[in-house]
Amino acid sequence: MTIIEEVSVPSPRDGDGGPLLEVRDLHVEFHTREGVVRAVNGVNYSVSAGETLAVLGESGSGKSVTAQAIMGILDMPPAKIPQGEIRFRGQDMLQMSGEERRKIRGRRIAMIFQDALSSLNPVLSVGYQLGEMFRVHHGMSKKDAKAKAIELMDRVKIPAAAARVNDYPHQFSGGMRQRIMIAMALALEPELIIADEPTTALDVTVQAQVMDLLAELQREYNMGLILITHDLGVVADVADKIAVMYAGRIVETAPVHELYKRPAHPYTRGLLDSIPRLDQKGQELYAIKGLPPNLLRIPTGCAFNPRCPKAQDICRTDVPALLPVTEQDGGELPGRASACHFWKETLHG
Amino acid sequence: MAELSKNDEPQDATPNVSDVEVAEVHSEAEAVTALDAPVDRGEPILQVRNLVKHFPLTLGILFKKQVGAVKAVDGISFDLHQGETLGIVGESGCGKSTVAKLLMNLEQATAGEIFYKGQDITKLSGRALKAVRRNIQMVFQDPYTSLNPRMTVGDIIGEPFDIHPEVAPKGDRRRKVQELLDVVGLNPEYINRYPHQFSGGQRQRIGIARGLALNPEIIICDEPVSALDVSVQAQVINLMERLQDEFNLSYIFIAHDLSIVRHISDRVGVMYLGKMAEIGTDEQIYEHPTHPYTQALLSAVPVPDPEAREHRERIILTGDVPSPANPPSGCRFRTRCWKAQDKCAEEVPLLAIPERFKGADTPAAHESACHFAEEKDVVHAA
Repeated sequence: MTIIEEVSVPSPRDGDGGPLLEVRDLHVEFHTREGVVRAVNGVNYSVSAGETLAVLGESGSGKSVTAQAIMGILDMPPAKIPQGEIRFRGQDMLQMSGEERRKIRGRRIAMIFQDALSSLNPVLSVGYQLGEMFRVHHGMSKKDAKAKAIELMDRVKIPAAAARVNDYPHQFSGGMRQRIMIAMALALEPELIIADEPTTALDVTVQAQVMDLLAELQREYNMGLILITHDLGVVADVADKIAVMYAGRIVETAPVHELYKRPAHPYTRGLLDSIPRLDQKGQELYAIKGLPPNLLRIPTGCAFNPRCPKAQDICRTDVPALLPVTEQDGGELPGRASACHFWKETLHG
Repeated sequence: MAELSKNDEPQDATPNVSDVEVAEVHSEAEAVTALDAPVDRGEPILQVRNLVKHFPLTLGILFKKQVGAVKAVDGISFDLHQGETLGIVGESGCGKSTVAKLLMNLEQATAGEIFYKGQDITKLSGRALKAVRRNIQMVFQDPYTSLNPRMTVGDIIGEPFDIHPEVAPKGDRRRKVQELLDVVGLNPEYINRYPHQFSGGQRQRIGIARGLALNPEIIICDEPVSALDVSVQAQVINLMERLQDEFNLSYIFIAHDLSIVRHISDRVGVMYLGKMAEIGTDEQIYEHPTHPYTQALLSAVPVPDPEAREHRERIILTGDVPSPANPPSGCRFRTRCWKAQDKCAEEVPLLAIPERFKGADTPAAHESACHFAEEKDVVHAA
């Protein structure tokens, strides 16, 4: 793909060995009339080049807000980042000027949104919108930009790209629109892509096509991918490692195989147990009792304690830190951590 | 688990469905067959025959001229028995929600019949239709838009009594509504609250309570849990199963989540572009699908097990679903099918037990609308 080589950013692709992106103790809060909504309460995660990190959580768990903070697209105010670091290639983006961040956004970190129809401008042709990336970032002429747009559409396997480049978003199906979003994110060959529920609005057969395409392109360009989702099936299919979020915190991190086999947090275990399984036909499904917490009034101690089958007194008073977990004999479990006072019982019990 | 089921246990346990301990003692096979066989249910409560719904496409403003039709539902037949759950799966645009509206008589069918206890409800109107509708209720997908934000929960659940006052006399309504709240697991004291004071899962419970208000026999559930969080979905599914036992309800369960459909359904129908592609018991459809579309659909569902990644065969379909305004000739799936031959473009395959499996004692012997129906090993979604 010549196009990509020409525009490639002069930065070490898989250079220094350190993580591509590192989020450290990030806090985000929203000041509203009813009070302070603490959407993100100390999130830590990192992703390297070529790696896929899945951030798993329900609505309101803070997974999307974290992503928006990384992209720098939070409306501030009402949002506020009182604390934390977001290091991209070692540099804290929260300390950068608006100008510096703009150079990273889109060019080095790109985002794919859930709803392609509302993310595309309905009154501009998709070719114009794709070409805009090249006109704005590289000052290309309209004609060249359009040629690039056609190449990109080809790249994401939109049939008859040259004929469809002047079509408008409403003329494409949902799956094709999501491909255009992927093309737009890929346009400047970013080092990191954040995909926020990229296939939630799509049908299963189309979802499979789009996820395959995304994984293929990621391998080809050796990009880091942060996949935000609530779908345990999609995660199992593509992720390398997983961070499970609940009430603005990460409650568990683990390599994908380990997490499904042996969860170390009762919330993760509950999510996995509530998937209908064949041998449970005709029985009651396991259900996590209660409701996701109100972020205006997060329970004291562990936020999951009112819904947790294992909760003890300590869970109602002390916030459990996200700490590494080990085998029963003390053997290391690399990449694994849990924020539960009783992770031993959950993991080994 | 044990603790949970204790609270929710229905009073009298119909075979195996609720009692976890009993189910554990019995062998799994036994439990499954007992559920699968809709034995001795007698006459179906609902029979759908060649149901068709075309939405006209018109041109011009004053002198409207019909230029075509969106063939949303194009000849569908199935039965529903008392106490049974029929799952209907399919992608968006396949006509599954239109089927729901037709069954409720919210849309006028273009052709075909729907027999409720032997009576064709598509021909009914006025008083007779009202009487039938009491027995067929609906639970909608989106609990945020299907409840009027300006009405209290009590008014919402009690509104069916205004239309059918014979079910609950005026003075008795408040008590009735509180009973319903209790049945669906909400605090009866919430009767004066408004929908916005509830979470998504609680709102769906309100929607279910409204559906139950008139003691219907059939409830049509159009994607009842797809708008809910994962951890709340299981709660609502459990509630629906408990209510089915308690009130001997028949469900038509429309959804796109194949593992949930499998969990709750006795039989499953797979729709594609306005037609039924395949229908059978949950085991026949999920373990022995013979229609290529069903096979592709099952293989495309992400399996929540990373071990399955390496050794599963995925059938990735090319292209999108064609427009229902201009469906392909012959078999509608042929444009995306890897088995398609000339015959598929010429002849519409009928929904019937495939010739080769006829009379054979195999789970593949169920109705499938494919000229080349055969089994194929796929890793299953559920």
